[in-house]
Amino acid sequence: MSEAAAQPPIERGGWSGVAWALRRDLRLALRSKAELGVQLLFYVVVVSLFPLGVGADPMLLRALGPGVLWVAALLASLLSLPRLFAADFADGTLEQIALSPYPLPALISGKILAHWLTTGVPLAALSPLLALQFGLDGSELVALAAGLVLGTPTLSLLGAIGAALTLGLRAGGALLALLILPLYVPILIFGAGAVEASRVGLAAGGELSVLGAALLVAAIGAPLASAAAVRIALD
Amino acid sequence: MLEAHDLAARRGDAQLFSGVSLSLGPGTALFVRGPNGSGKTTLLRILAGTTQAAAGRVLWRGEQVGPFHPALRASAVFIGHAPALKDELTAEENLASLATLHGAPAERAAVLEALNAWSLSRQRALPARVLSQGQRRRVALARLWLLSRPLWLLDEPATALDDAGQVTLRDALAAHLAARGIAVIATHQDLPVASGAHQSLLLA
Repeated sequence: MSEAAAQPPIERGGWSGVAWALRRDLRLALRSKAELGVQLLFYVVVVSLFPLGVGADPMLLRALGPGVLWVAALLASLLSLPRLFAADFADGTLEQIALSPYPLPALISGKILAHWLTTGVPLAALSPLLALQFGLDGSELVALAAGLVLGTPTLSLLGAIGAALTLGLRAGGALLALLILPLYVPILIFGAGAVEASRVGLAAGGELSVLGAALLVAAIGAPLASAAAVRIALD
Repeated sequence: MLEAHDLAARRGDAQLFSGVSLSLGPGTALFVRGPNGSGKTTLLRILAGTTQAAAGRVLWRGEQVGPFHPALRASAVFIGHAPALKDELTAEENLASLATLHGAPAERAAVLEALNAWSLSRQRALPARVLSQGQRRRVALARLWLLSRPLWLLDEPATALDDAGQVTLRDALAAHLAARGIAVIATHQDLPVASGAHQSLLLA
């Protein structure tokens, strides 16, 4: 209350902004564990439906496996995207976040990082187990897990742009899927490609490098684009 | 010093107001009045820097500030209709979280003192989900206590507050003005201030 007219500090450091958003979103995620469980369960169920649906032919399952695991990961990631900004937008927190002295792209980076830690990491950790249903083994499991570790952060980053652009729209969820799924296509191709390459005995390094490069580009561009979209949504 | 020259705003095709000018020195409060839909909230959002004015300009300490200008983000605290509380967090966590977001240190003692000042000591460990509207509003307003910002922008701050809460708000405002702060308050309830200069702006 005192010294209300004192000169306040002007620009705040970006890293503290990342840390604030990361800490808050992780704490919120831990308070609503059920939501995280639902998303992970969705992944497990969708992946497990395929062996039941296409029969027990080992050759067919091994050929389908990489694609199925990756498509299911894409959908599970998409399912959790509306959570990224919509709740904060509805209760007025997003407005306060945008008006904070911390740079908005830094705060959004922290939110995206928290989103990846609570969605992408569990998916990647669970996937080798689920891949056993498709008869994948050894180097294929490594390529799958490595691909998901490199690819899921890019999914969260690209998804954040879509989530920010569809803020406040009716039927935003469906529009979000239409907007974002085409952008996920390259990640799907190279992610599933990495597993496919190691299945036929080739090195998966090329595909994984492409996923890593995509992650770097998205990590720089997506927070800036999401910040711009959030500011438009708040106007 | 907060100044605005010839501000105009529109929502969709409708012109809300035009030609609004104001000039507020240290220790001054401005009460913005007007019927529903006259643009009180929009004016506050323009001053807070979340909405682009259709015309005119806003100056903070002599510097022209547009939407999301860093100088404005470091000096102003804007409390809108939505109290910006997370249902999953307790009153104390909500307050500490919002204070650190705005760069205040938010030590535990200071947070508890702010909650105490707004008569929320007993609700400190309750999740915001179970608080009443008035209590949520109190948690939102307790932020003013922690942040020590020179510019307050309050949109209907007395909504859902009981008599005791309005007295606390009035005292907080008086102390803010006495410390040479500036406040812009959109209201259609009377919020008489004991000290400090105040102006009124009627949006038609």
